[in-house]
Amino acid sequence: VLQEIEGSKAVAEAVAACRPQVVCAYPITPQTHIVEAIGVLTKSGRLIGCQFMNVESEFAAMSVAIGASAGGARAYTATASQGLLFMIEAVYNAAGLGLPIVMTLANRAIGAPINIWNDHSDAMAVRDAGWVQLFAQSNQEAVDLHVQAFRLAEALSLPVMVCMDGYILTHAIEPIDVPSQEQVDAFVPPFSPRQLLDPQEPVSIGAMVGPDAFTEVRYLGHAKQLQALDKIPETAAVFAEIFGRRSGGLVSPYRTDDADIIVVAMGSILGTIEDVVDRQRDLGRRVGVLGITTFRPFPLQAVGQALGSHARIVVIEKAFSTGFGGILTTDVAMAMAGDCSRLSTVVAGLGGRPVTEESLAAVLDDAVHGRLEPLQFLDLNLPLVEGELARMLGTQRSGPHAENILRDLGTAASGAL
Amino acid sequence: MPRSNAPTTEAGHQPDALQAGHQPDALQAGHQPDARTSITSPATPVVSGHRRPVQVRLHGRGGQGVVTAAELLAVAAFHGARYAQAFPSFGSERSGAPVAAFCRISDTPIRTRAPVLNPDILVVQDATLVHQVDLFNGLGETGLMLINTSRSPDQLGLESIVTRLKPGRVITVAATELALTHLGRPLPGAALLGALAAASDAIGIDALTTALSERFSGSVGAGNVAAALAAYQNVSIEIEEAPARAARN
Repeated sequence: VLQEIEGSKAVAEAVAACRPQVVCAYPITPQTHIVEAIGVLTKSGRLIGCQFMNVESEFAAMSVAIGASAGGARAYTATASQGLLFMIEAVYNAAGLGLPIVMTLANRAIGAPINIWNDHSDAMAVRDAGWVQLFAQSNQEAVDLHVQAFRLAEALSLPVMVCMDGYILTHAIEPIDVPSQEQVDAFVPPFSPRQLLDPQEPVSIGAMVGPDAFTEVRYLGHAKQLQALDKIPETAAVFAEIFGRRSGGLVSPYRTDDADIIVVAMGSILGTIEDVVDRQRDLGRRVGVLGITTFRPFPLQAVGQALGSHARIVVIEKAFSTGFGGILTTDVAMAMAGDCSRLSTVVAGLGGRPVTEESLAAVLDDAVHGRLEPLQFLDLNLPLVEGELARMLGTQRSGPHAENILRDLGTAASGAL
Repeated sequence: MPRSNAPTTEAGHQPDALQAGHQPDALQAGHQPDARTSITSPATPVVSGHRRPVQVRLHGRGGQGVVTAAELLAVAAFHGARYAQAFPSFGSERSGAPVAAFCRISDTPIRTRAPVLNPDILVVQDATLVHQVDLFNGLGETGLMLINTSRSPDQLGLESIVTRLKPGRVITVAATELALTHLGRPLPGAALLGALAAASDAIGIDALTTALSERFSGSVGAGNVAAALAAYQNVSIEIEEAPARAARN
């Protein structure tokens, strides 16, 4: 049913419709509304057969999810930012053990400096952990990806992380078709675990593996990720049949076919970019955008095909590798067979900085006129940075960057408007 | 009356425009048959409505229900068969700290997630913000400002914004007083939205009262509806009498 509803609430409804049996929760902004709403659905009796467990940390949340999944329960949790980092050992374990846990990551920056707003640093920090990572463009897609995630995870026996931009999606109210229980039941079959801790048929899960077999076990994780490259579009196709709309898949091209410039990005920024692309098209510029829906496994072939062999490529990223540059960019470069000569990175939206249509249009202007540097930071206040660099040259005890910068800005403590 | 209200639908019903096939972009059949592609929007947006898209920025202080007001505005627009998007601009959530929230309303699907920098309508829930925050940033001369105060714009030192906007585009609403009368609590959101329904065609008053009744039950719901209706009537009368008043002056 189409509702005007908050993204978090709609995701909670969708997760509940997938009939999770264990939901473990530890609150962290901006993920909290999701597990709160699932808690209410459990308590009110609408979500039956689910144990809602309040745990003492994110590390415990993922550990409980691992135990629950190994015990044959469909397990779900959600986190963000520092919460994800705090559970990271268990995040790797869930993937290494091949347990089909579904987790929402309400993307948020990582400190220091402490910051509660959106960027993709958290998702990038666990890029190599072995989880499938899907990025939602809208709240409708966030809802739909969660439903697909349970089916996908259990088919592959791999954990799936659904990334949705904190605040921008989690706290946005918009029209969302919340899937019905009947539709979800037709799409997500009962959990049939590939491995199970069962007292009737005792096995162990989590053996120590030495140099003789570690590579092989790890390779299997990679092989399953490669299987996901087929499974993800298949799952999206079945979803489209049952739900009557297309969501998910590997990539999402928009007006790329004849484009001279293609922007590549992930998550909620894509909608804004599409608006900007339409306006550039009105000016006669052949511009398009490629959304990366599936970031892990990375769809090298689909991305390479969509980018073609001549267009100038601008990767807009909400995270970067300090001391290097773009993270998504390196994957995109691989998809372009290493052709970096037509590739630029624009780091944007860090720590919740709004990405305006005006700034995006300026990026495309620069791209059209060949003015884009290989790496640039959108709307960077360069004088502010240069002031601090000069201060460091002037004296050894120049003090903490964050406080100095805030003082230069005349801000007592950071905050919006 | 300034406008005829769009027909509201019963709770749970799909808005008319959506039934007529104007579905949100996620529901569009899309134009790229490849299963590997994701949600796509039509290359050319479907334009059928005659109402202009509206961008609203709401300012207030933490605890005054600014974010809730933006949500209610979006829900009311949804009941009026329009697309709507509402989202907050979060700071650290402290009571009393300046807060802003945004709402976009359109007859076509809304894709952008950028903050509203050039609002058509500015809603100010707390007049003490006037000289503290850059409230009027991006508000053009055709803009509309609704401000919660029982004083006049001149008394608030708003002459510059009054002269910048077209005549009659700064509307004062004693929203806190209306809320205290009808709700018993100083939460000005419902009254300001009632005033907004009177002063623009962004939402209808029936859609607003539906949204308020859905969100708040019992006496709280009734109080909010009463505050919204009172502000709607006050502002409607003010707008009707404005030409006569201008002629006298």
